[in-house]
Amino acid sequence: MSDIGNSNLNDTDETRVDLEAELKASNIQEILDQLDRELIGLKPVKTRIREVAALLLVDRLRKKFELSSETPTLHMSFTGNPGTGKTTVAMRMGEILKRLGYVREGHLVTVTRDDLVGQYIGHTAPKTKEVIKKAMGGVLFIDEAYYLYKPENERDYGAESIEILLQIMENNRDDLVVILAGYKDKMDKFFMSNPGMRSRIAHHVDFPDYSAEELLHIAKLMLARQNYRFSEAAEKAFSDYLPLRMKLPHFANARSVRNALDRARLRQANRLFADAKKKLSKFDLITIEAEDVLASRVFTEGSLDADAENA
Amino acid sequence: MMTNPGNRVTQGQFSFLPDLTDQQISAQIKYALKNGWAVSVEYTDDPHPRNTYWEMFGNPMFDLKDPAGILLEINNCRKTFPSHYIRVTAFNSTRGVESPTMSYIVNRPKNEPGFGLVRQEGEGRNIRYTVHSYATDKPEGERY
Repeated sequence: MSDIGNSNLNDTDETRVDLEAELKASNIQEILDQLDRELIGLKPVKTRIREVAALLLVDRLRKKFELSSETPTLHMSFTGNPGTGKTTVAMRMGEILKRLGYVREGHLVTVTRDDLVGQYIGHTAPKTKEVIKKAMGGVLFIDEAYYLYKPENERDYGAESIEILLQIMENNRDDLVVILAGYKDKMDKFFMSNPGMRSRIAHHVDFPDYSAEELLHIAKLMLARQNYRFSEAAEKAFSDYLPLRMKLPHFANARSVRNALDRARLRQANRLFADAKKKLSKFDLITIEAEDVLASRVFTEGSLDADAENA
Repeated sequence: MMTNPGNRVTQGQFSFLPDLTDQQISAQIKYALKNGWAVSVEYTDDPHPRNTYWEMFGNPMFDLKDPAGILLEINNCRKTFPSHYIRVTAFNSTRGVESPTMSYIVNRPKNEPGFGLVRQEGEGRNIRYTVHSYATDKPEGERY
């Protein structure tokens, strides 16, 4: 060992630490389980979160043996289509990192280009810094991050904002975790033109699209959370609805499902109103019937419902 | 008789204690944030006790959750004005209170020349007393 010159690498140290006890103490298993329960699908995302959790936990154990190692960078980029749960996961990330003792507060500050980039010279730096200060101790979530950089306009102030971000991401690693999110192809372009950004982000996580089956599962979870439920026929109708809707333009995964459910609730309320003479039971109030789903224009005309979904 | 060796200016909280460490400053800021007070950083090079309005270093910081952001600003201010007085103020905006609730010095010049006693002869045999900071003999910006 002497040739290594580091007594800490002496592996004959007899002290033992209990990984399991440490896991219990951090409550991390509970939150990972919750993640499994409440987030459908998203295999690669969950795996990555598990890995990060494991790394941080092991890091904590290593500290007990006074094995110093640099604080790992945890800046992340979430790429994926709309409605695949990027924001939801980012919100959880704050909680997870807090439990692991990586960030102190664990709050999430969600910003877009408007919040970071100023309108005139000298406006950008204070604006960006203010946002960063607000996010310190927690997670800074930059949605649609690729808008920050506009290569076609060389006088754009976005670059200044990126520069400040880079500096903070490097120097204040203990204080702040930055998560960038956006569509895959646009984010790729963004990283291509900002190699500094790419190299400072350790975790690139891709959010896959949901399958129809997963979306049905999500729909049921969403309804349950709002104290509604499908009747058996309605569930069947909704599972017919999903593949049709997925083929149409502007399909935004879970977000489209949420909108479809909102409209079904609207129709349910209308239906209950239509025969107002009838006394309603609790069962009537919580059940969405097949006709509420089948009335969607997706079935009748094969086009989107007129009132929504332009996002 | 020298009652205040080093002529340290004593105003605001903790000013009779040794200088606060960054960690201690963070803990104090954390207390202010926990109570929902807006924290700001101010500086001056006029140590007179009646000089209550100091220059603001940037805007007051609202809606922060963690002291790290404010500590960053304090360190920026220290870098810009290494030998000025710098203080941290917490402002309570509750209706009816609306005033600073904490204020403490986080940076001071290496040498504080202190104050001299000035006597002014008034009418009759009256003597008026006041204090005068030796530092303010020089113009602003060249005092320390």
